[in-house]
Amino acid sequence: MRDPLAKQVVGLAPSGIRKFFDLVAEMPDAISLGVGEPDFDTPWHIRDEGIYSLEKGRTFYTSNSGLMELRKEICNYLKRRVGVEYEPAKEVLITVGGSEAIDLALRAMINPGEGEEVLIPQPSYVSYEPCSILAGAKPVIIELKAENEFRLTAKELEDAITDKTKILVLPFPNNPTGAVMEKSDLEAIAPIIEKHDLFVISDEIYSELTYGREHVSIASLPGMKERTILINGFSKAYAMTGWRLGYACGPARILEQMTKIHQFAIMCAPTTSQYAAVEALKNGDPDVAEMREAYNQRRRYLMHSFKEMGLPCFEPFGAFYVFPSIKHLGMTSEEFATELLKEEQVAVVPGTAFGACGEGFLRISYAYSLENLKIAMERIGRFLEKRKNS
Amino acid sequence: MRERILAIIEKNSRIELKELAIIMGEPEIEVANELKAMEEEGIICGYHTLIDWEKTNIEKVTALIEVRVTPQRGQGFDNIAERIYKYPEVNSVYLISGGYDLLVTLEGKTLKEVSGFVTDKLSTLETVMSTATHFILKKYKDHGTILKQDETDERMKVTP
Repeated sequence: MRDPLAKQVVGLAPSGIRKFFDLVAEMPDAISLGVGEPDFDTPWHIRDEGIYSLEKGRTFYTSNSGLMELRKEICNYLKRRVGVEYEPAKEVLITVGGSEAIDLALRAMINPGEGEEVLIPQPSYVSYEPCSILAGAKPVIIELKAENEFRLTAKELEDAITDKTKILVLPFPNNPTGAVMEKSDLEAIAPIIEKHDLFVISDEIYSELTYGREHVSIASLPGMKERTILINGFSKAYAMTGWRLGYACGPARILEQMTKIHQFAIMCAPTTSQYAAVEALKNGDPDVAEMREAYNQRRRYLMHSFKEMGLPCFEPFGAFYVFPSIKHLGMTSEEFATELLKEEQVAVVPGTAFGACGEGFLRISYAYSLENLKIAMERIGRFLEKRKNS
Repeated sequence: MRERILAIIEKNSRIELKELAIIMGEPEIEVANELKAMEEEGIICGYHTLIDWEKTNIEKVTALIEVRVTPQRGQGFDNIAERIYKYPEVNSVYLISGGYDLLVTLEGKTLKEVSGFVTDKLSTLETVMSTATHFILKKYKDHGTILKQDETDERMKVTP
């Protein structure tokens, strides 16, 4: 039999998180701080709307781009929250989670095999690199630095650009670092994007989860909307991960091609989820505010705990992760995570799962109740104490 | 700051001052002062415990009693409300808009004890015109807390 597999797929490195996941799976009693999704249930009124749509028999396909009502609500929302105006008929596509939108955007813009380069700042979410490769692009990693609070600087961007560079992925607020790009940070890189005629895939899935800093979309800067695919979704803001619903907004000629791929590969996003999402956008603001406040309380608690136990960590202003440094302990992230799991039954994710430059860091999620975080911090403190004394 | 303190301690009155200050990101001394001031002003009236009595061996019955009364000149409902709420077995007394005037909740050990209170004490008050007593059969949710505890974390332990 000949090899049934595609070399390109076989060649993809498995997600770094996989190995660790298997290890954690063997320890059912471990306290995990390794989850990348909210701990809240979807607010009841949103779930109720999904149930109601099923009762009404709304069980059919929607249009490929998604329910018009939902696209209109998304446009209202973006105008209200980020100050960018989109045309619901031609500039919005409802996708199966933000992840699909990332894949579509890359596939719609990359000419496979022509050596086009996609700039990917890391540490960042695990999909950008493999999706770029599958789209036929050459991923180019920009290693973000702790001393810049893991923001992308103009110099880092400029240095990574070649005449093959076509796309910049902008993943802020960031998973795993919790870093945000403030308006001034974006204003510093916008002229470079324009000068080199780049396009931006701005993954803003954590946009509602910022603390004391307003989220700014690069699409809201002058001249940027026409070269930006803004990606967002319902998973993080409304605790709707399992509903699998996201969206992409951008220039009509790019969205038209993304919709084409979506039409052939997916047909349309889940109908039930779309009806629930309309309710989320119409009446979900108070829920988002309440969850944001709960996350912020936990964030403050973790920052305080790290300070007390002497674990260096820059203060993150977004998402629900903190990214402390363990460099001073002379062990790798993976060693730390493995030993912590075995000795204290606490699971954290090694920074290296999000790119090689995550070495020396840990991703700690605070999508957990304060009670859980308290127990976990006690155990991590004890673990560190032992390392100090030995 | 007061609203933020109240939002937290309304759900968890046992939170330690130090922790409260940490999660609020405020100096401990200021939080302590606000708490004290709100206690003195009667904004914070007590720190109670929510108990699911059904899970204990202790028998309790709770009744909601709708009371229609004749308001008194110059007193409105305040006087009659006071005469009712001074009974220690009365849990709460609310003035209600609509079909009746006062909603009284009452806890007793037995049905007999509660009905005894209604017939002997409540109905015999001069201004009380009528009462309707409803016994609570089961509490599903109380003070914003769902009493059934089957919350488990169904998320996968590690996800990107």
